[in-house]
Amino acid sequence: MTHLFYFLTVALYGCATAAYLACLLRTSPFMTRWAGRLLVAGFTAHLLSTIHLASKLKYLPLTNMPESLSFFSLAIVGGFIFFERRYKVTTLGSFVVPVALMMLTASSSLYAETRQLPPILQSNWFWFHALLAFASYACFAIGAGVAVMYLIQNYFLKTKNFGALFQRLPSLDTMDEISYRCLAVGFPLLTVAIIAGSIWSEQAIGSYWVWDHKQTWSLIIWLIYAALLHGRLTIGWRGKRAALLSILGFIVVLFTFFAMKHSITW
Amino acid sequence: MNIIVVGLSHKTAAVEIREKVAFSPNQIEKPLGELIGLEGIIEGVIVSTCNRVEIYATTRDIAGGIARIKRFMADYHHLPCEVLEPHLYSYHAEAAIRHVFRVASSLDSMIVGEPQILGQIKTSYGYAAEFKSSGIILNRFLHKAFSVAKRVRTETKIASSAVSVAFAAVELAKKILGDLSDKTVMLVGAGEMCELAAKHFLNSGAKGVMVTNRTYERAEKLAEEFGGEPVRFETLFEHLHRADIVLSSTGAPHCIIGPKDVKEVLKRRRFKPMFFIDIAVPRDIDPKVNEVENAYLFTVDNLQEIIQANLAQRSLEAEKAEQIIDQEIGQFHKWLSTLEVTPTIVALRSRFDEIRRAELDKTISGWKEMPPDAEKRLEVLTVAMMNKLLHAPTSALKQAGQGGRVDLYVDALRQLFELEALQHDDEELELEE
Repeated sequence: MTHLFYFLTVALYGCATAAYLACLLRTSPFMTRWAGRLLVAGFTAHLLSTIHLASKLKYLPLTNMPESLSFFSLAIVGGFIFFERRYKVTTLGSFVVPVALMMLTASSSLYAETRQLPPILQSNWFWFHALLAFASYACFAIGAGVAVMYLIQNYFLKTKNFGALFQRLPSLDTMDEISYRCLAVGFPLLTVAIIAGSIWSEQAIGSYWVWDHKQTWSLIIWLIYAALLHGRLTIGWRGKRAALLSILGFIVVLFTFFAMKHSITW
Repeated sequence: MNIIVVGLSHKTAAVEIREKVAFSPNQIEKPLGELIGLEGIIEGVIVSTCNRVEIYATTRDIAGGIARIKRFMADYHHLPCEVLEPHLYSYHAEAAIRHVFRVASSLDSMIVGEPQILGQIKTSYGYAAEFKSSGIILNRFLHKAFSVAKRVRTETKIASSAVSVAFAAVELAKKILGDLSDKTVMLVGAGEMCELAAKHFLNSGAKGVMVTNRTYERAEKLAEEFGGEPVRFETLFEHLHRADIVLSSTGAPHCIIGPKDVKEVLKRRRFKPMFFIDIAVPRDIDPKVNEVENAYLFTVDNLQEIIQANLAQRSLEAEKAEQIIDQEIGQFHKWLSTLEVTPTIVALRSRFDEIRRAELDKTISGWKEMPPDAEKRLEVLTVAMMNKLLHAPTSALKQAGQGGRVDLYVDALRQLFELEALQHDDEELELEE
C-alpha cells in the first residue's frame, strides 16, 4: 500500500516536473493548468502515503534519512503550492519541483525496514522540533529557488538580454517579495525548532546545548538567516545581495542536513 | 445563401473619408432598416468605428448585393459613388468569413492585437439583433467570429507584447518594479517620447509624476498637463529618491546623473530598485549607472531591441492566429452549406410530388372505364418511380453536404427544377455566448 502510494507520488511528481519544465520553454495556459493539477495530485498521494506510513509505524516518519528526505520534499511541494496559488508564479515550479522530485527519489529506501524506535526519540519535543525544522527548511528551499530565479532575471536585465526566459520569469519585485515572505515565515519556525530541539536535548541527554556538529551548524544557519532578516528590515537589503545570502543559507541547510549526523540519534 | 462584406478601413481610406461614411450608433436603426430593405439583401449588420466602416450581409445574388450595398453607403451619406468606390473593398463566401474573423481577432487592426475592435463589433451586432436586421446566418456567423477572436486571444500571444517605445518601457518597468500602482515617475527634461512614455505610465496606473526642466516655467506647464509636481532642476537630487521610474531627455552636453548620485539616492530610498530610461543624445545618464546594484538603465536602443523581438514574436503569433482562423472557417463554411441541404431535398421532393399528382389526376379524370384497383395501382407505380428517380440525387446531395461542393449542387438543383427560394427557421439556432 505504502509502496503503491510512493510510486504513484514519484510518477505524478515526475509528470509535474516535466510539465513545469515544458512551461519554461513554452507558455501555454493548458500546460500551466495541468502542471498545477499533476502537482496537487502528487502532493495528495504523497500526503496519504506519509499518513499511511505514520499509522503503520505509529510515529511520524522523520527518524532517519530516507524518511526525512521524503518529508522534506513533501514540505517543499506543499509550500510551493501555496506560493503558486498566492503569486501565480508558475516558473518557480520549474526550479523547485525538480528538487522535490530528486529528494523523493533519493528516499526510495524509505520503506525497507520497520524498526523499533529508539527510546530517545519518544519525546513530544522531538516531533515538534523535527516538524518545525522541516517546515522552515521548506521555506528556505523555496526562498533559494526564487533567489536563483532573481539572479537570472537580474542578469538578463543588466545585460539587456530579452530572451524567452526573460519573458517567462516574474518581475524582480514579485520574486523579492516571495523571497522575503519565505524568510519571514521560515526564520521564526527555525528559531522555535532550535529551541524545541534544545529542550529535547536536555530531556534526552541532560544538556540543552552540547556543541555537536548538528547543533553548531544549526546555529550557523540561524545566524545567516538572522543576518539576512536584520539586513532586510533595518538597512533595506534586497535584490541581489539578499538573493545571494538566501542561496548561501540554503546551501548550508543542505550541507547540515546531509552531512551532519546528530550525535543524539544516529 | 452567401455572406458578403462591403466596407473600408484605415488600410484603404484616410480619416477624411472614414469620418464621412461613419454611421452614428445613436441613429443606427434607420440605416439598418434601409439596408435590409435593399433588394436581395436578407440580413445585415453595420460596424462603424473610427478605423473602419463595414457592412455584413447575406444575399443570394452576390454581385447585385455588393453593388447595391456600395450604392447604399454612398447614397446614405450623400456622397457620389465615384468618390467612395476606390476606397471600398468587398468580399464574399470564404473570403468574407475570413475577413470578419480576422477583423474580430484584431489581425486587421491598425495596431495588431489591440482589444477594442472585438467590443465594437459586439456592440454593432447588439444593435442589429435589437432591430432584428440580423437573422439566423449572421447571428451564427458573428457569434462564431466572437468565439474565434476569443480563441485567438487565449491561444496566441498576439495581444501581449509591446510594439511602441513607450509601451515597451512600461512593460520593462513592470518586469522590474512589478505593480506600478504605487510607483512615481520623474520626467527630466522635455521631449515628445518622454512625455508619451509618461502618459503611458500614468495610464498603466503609476501613482504620480514629477517634472523637472532647466526652465522652471516649462516644468510647471508640463506638470500641470500631467497633474504632476514641478521640481526645480537644481534640486533634482533632493527629489530623485522619491522616483521609481526616471525618464530623461535633456539637451545637456554631459551626463547629468552619474553612478555616485544614483548610489546616494538608492541609499536614501533603502535600495528600492530604480528604473532609468535615457532617451537623450548625447546621453544624460552615465552608462555606469547600470552597474549600480538595484539600478537598471535602458536606452532607446535597448527598447528598440525589445520591440524588434516583439514584432518578430507577433508575426509568429499572427501566423498561429491565421491557422486558428483557417480551422474555424472550414467549420463554419460546412455549417453554412449544410444549412441548405435539407430544405432543398424537401423542396425537390414536393416539386416531384406536385408534378406526379397533377399528371396522375389528369390521367385518371380522362379515363372512362377504369379497372377496379387501377387508381391505387397507378398511385403505387408513380410513387415508386418518383422515389427511384429521387434516390440518387438525394443521396448525392446529402454526401455533398459532408464534403464541400454543396453550393454547386444546391444551386444546380434549384435552377434545374425551379425550386422556390428557401425559408429558414430561426428555431434551430442556439446562441452561444
